[in-house]
This record gives sequence, C-alpha cells and structure tokens, in this order.
Amino acid sequence: MATEATDAGHAAVEHASSGGLPQLDVSTFPNQIFWLLVTLVVIYFVLSRVALPRVGGVLAARKSAITSDLAAAEELKQKALDAEKAYNEALASARTEAAKIVTRAKAEIQGDLDAAIAKADVEISARAAESAKRLDEIQAGAAEAVTEVAKDTAKELVAAFGGKADARSVNAAVAAKLKG
Amino acid sequence: MAEGGFAIHPTDQFVVRKLFCSDDHATAVDECTTGITWYDITNVTLWLALAAVAVILLMVYGTRRRATIPGRSQSVAEMIYGFVHNMIEEVTGHEGVKYFPYVMTLFLFILFANLLGLIPMSFTNTAQLGITVTLALLVFLGVTLIGIVRKGPAFLGMFWITSAPLALRPILAVIEIISYFVRPVSHSIRLAGNLMAGHAVMKVFAGFASMAVISPVAVGAVTAIYGLELLVAVVQAYVFTILTCVYLKDAVGDAHH
Repeated sequence: MATEATDAGHAAVEHASSGGLPQLDVSTFPNQIFWLLVTLVVIYFVLSRVALPRVGGVLAARKSAITSDLAAAEELKQKALDAEKAYNEALASARTEAAKIVTRAKAEIQGDLDAAIAKADVEISARAAESAKRLDEIQAGAAEAVTEVAKDTAKELVAAFGGKADARSVNAAVAAKLKG
Repeated sequence: MAEGGFAIHPTDQFVVRKLFCSDDHATAVDECTTGITWYDITNVTLWLALAAVAVILLMVYGTRRRATIPGRSQSVAEMIYGFVHNMIEEVTGHEGVKYFPYVMTLFLFILFANLLGLIPMSFTNTAQLGITVTLALLVFLGVTLIGIVRKGPAFLGMFWITSAPLALRPILAVIEIISYFVRPVSHSIRLAGNLMAGHAVMKVFAGFASMAVISPVAVGAVTAIYGLELLVAVVQAYVFTILTCVYLKDAVGDAHH
C-alpha cells in the first residue's frame, strides 16, 4: 500500500476497493441503476408483449381443448347409452313380437287340430252308424234264416213221425215257439 | 499481500469493474474500478444482460412451439407462469393480476441473476446493494403510487387501524408509518445480504482449500454450501416476489389487517 508517494493524489479515490464492502461504494450506483433499469425494461417488454401472452394463450388453448374433449367424451358416452337403450328396446319389442307370433301360431294349430278332430269324429260316427245298420241287417237275416230252418225242420220232423203236416199250422206253431 | 498466509479476499468478487479496460500497474489506482460512469460497460452490465438473455431464452425461445403438449422448456416456463400467477392472485386478489407482468419480470430477473451468480467466476448482481435497493424502491414507489391513484386519500387509511382502541390508534399509526417506510430497506437488504453472505462464505472456504491439511474439509464445505446457495437463490427470488405481492395488496386489495 505504501509504495507510491507519486500517486498520493489518487489514493484518496481508491476508497472502497481497499477496505470495506465494495457494495457500499456509492460511486458505482449510477452505473448499476442505469443498466438495471435497461435490463428490467427489456425483460418487461419481452414478457408483456411476447412471452406472457403466448404462455397464457397456450394454457387457455389447452384448457379449452381439455374442456371440449371432455364435452365430446360426455356426448359420445350419451350416444353410447342411447344406442344401448335403443338396442334393448329393439330386443324387447322383438321378444314381444316373437311371443305374439308363437301365440298366434299355437292358436292356428289348435284351430286346425280342432277342425280335424271334429271331422274325424263325424266320420267315425258315420262309419259306426253304417256298421250298426249292417249288423242289424245281418241279425235280421240270421233270425229269418233260423225261422225258415226251424219251420223246415219241424215239417220234416212231423213228416218223419208219419203225420201229415199242415204247412200253415206248423209255421204258426214254430213262430209261436220262437216268440215264446 | 506480502504478509503471506491465506490469499482470501471474499469481497473481491463484489467489485464493480469496467470491461474492455486494462489497469496501468504503474499506478496504485486501479483504473478499472474507479471513475465508473453511469454508461460504462461493466461486469454489472454483462451479467444483467446475461440474466435478460436467460429469461428470454426460457420464456420466448423455450415456448416457441406453443405446443399443447409441452416439451421440457415450455413446461418450465408454464410452471413459472402458473406459480407467479397463482401467487399474485392468492395474495392480492383478482385486482392485482393486472400487475402480473411486472411481478413476473421481478421474479424471473432475480431468479436468473441469483442462479447466474452461482456460476464460478461470475458476478452476482443481486448481491449488489445498488441493484437490490433500486428493485426495492421500484416496488415501494410503484405500490405507493398505485395505492394513491386507486384509493386516493383512503390509501392513508391503512395507517389508521380502526379495529384498535381509539387511544392506541395514533401510536399504532406512527408504528405503521415507520414500518411502511422501512419496507424498502428490509426488502433490499434481505436479498443482497443473503446472496452476499453465501458467496463470501463460499470464497472463504475456497481459500482454506489452499491449506493441504484442511482442504478436504474445505472442499466438502464448499460443495455443501453451494447446494445451500442454490436453495437460497430460488427461495430469495420467491421471498422478494411474494413480499412484492403482499405490499401490492395494500394498494389494490380490500383494506383489512
């Protein structure tokens, strides 16, 4: 420090750099303040004109994109629910329709069946009546034949026993016998 | 320094010096650190410019793609945007959002000045009282002006605490006025003091590293303090910004204490 006596005049200027904090050297303040203000103004204008609107815009765009995507998802979900509902409705109506068709078919078949049964019954009763008639005829035929045979046999028996059979009285006797 | 011993000059890093200047060693006066005029290009200028460039790189270049799905730099820019925006909205209410660009400027500038100051051999602008006092005075004057313009004489009502007993109000008013005017002092010294102390301590420990016996400890300590200083750099930027918001609230918010 004590080297140059020649610079004694300047030594007074060399205050803060040799002792104390450099920050307290007020002689550098104008320089700091000037350049700080320049820096702040530059940053302020860049931020307020370019950066902040851009970032704010991006954030807003993202928010609206998310909102609209959520709305679209909600809409699609609603559509899916509607489709499911329509499907279920169609299914239910198809079931009802099928049940109706089944019922109708059953009724038709039942009707056909009833008609066929009725027709068959009629035929059966007709055939039965015919059979009964023929049986009666056969029975009647058989009784006549028996009467004839009995008359003839009685005449023959009377003749065989040597009597002279009056045909008319024999017939009457046989008829009476057969009746009794 | 013919005395020998440690060559520790923890405050040399804070000396403002002209760039593009060579010292004439024939004289005792360092021509680069004396007679600095307001327009000289100094290390202050250089590191202020680098801070501005860093801010612009992050906030303009980093967001150039305007992507809906952000990349890394855009995520950081959006995060800082959201962080400061939420801070100002929560502290000052909806009215304060108008001053968002200014608060954002302060936050980004202080954050990057602090972080750039951590680069070895760099110059820490936010450890300079000239810088922090200017920042604090800008906030102080700005808040006072905004308060007077927006509220008129009612702005003075914040010194007259109606919820206190009448007899106490004059005393409280004096205290409130003093605390109001102390704000820029504490606001500026907090920032400069934190940065300066950390950087000076780091320099001291780095100086100890020249002694072989304790150098491992010194290097370890420098590493640890560097980590701490990273935290301090971010936290002090946050503190300065949130205090700005708190002061701004007096000027724009509803007057309730």
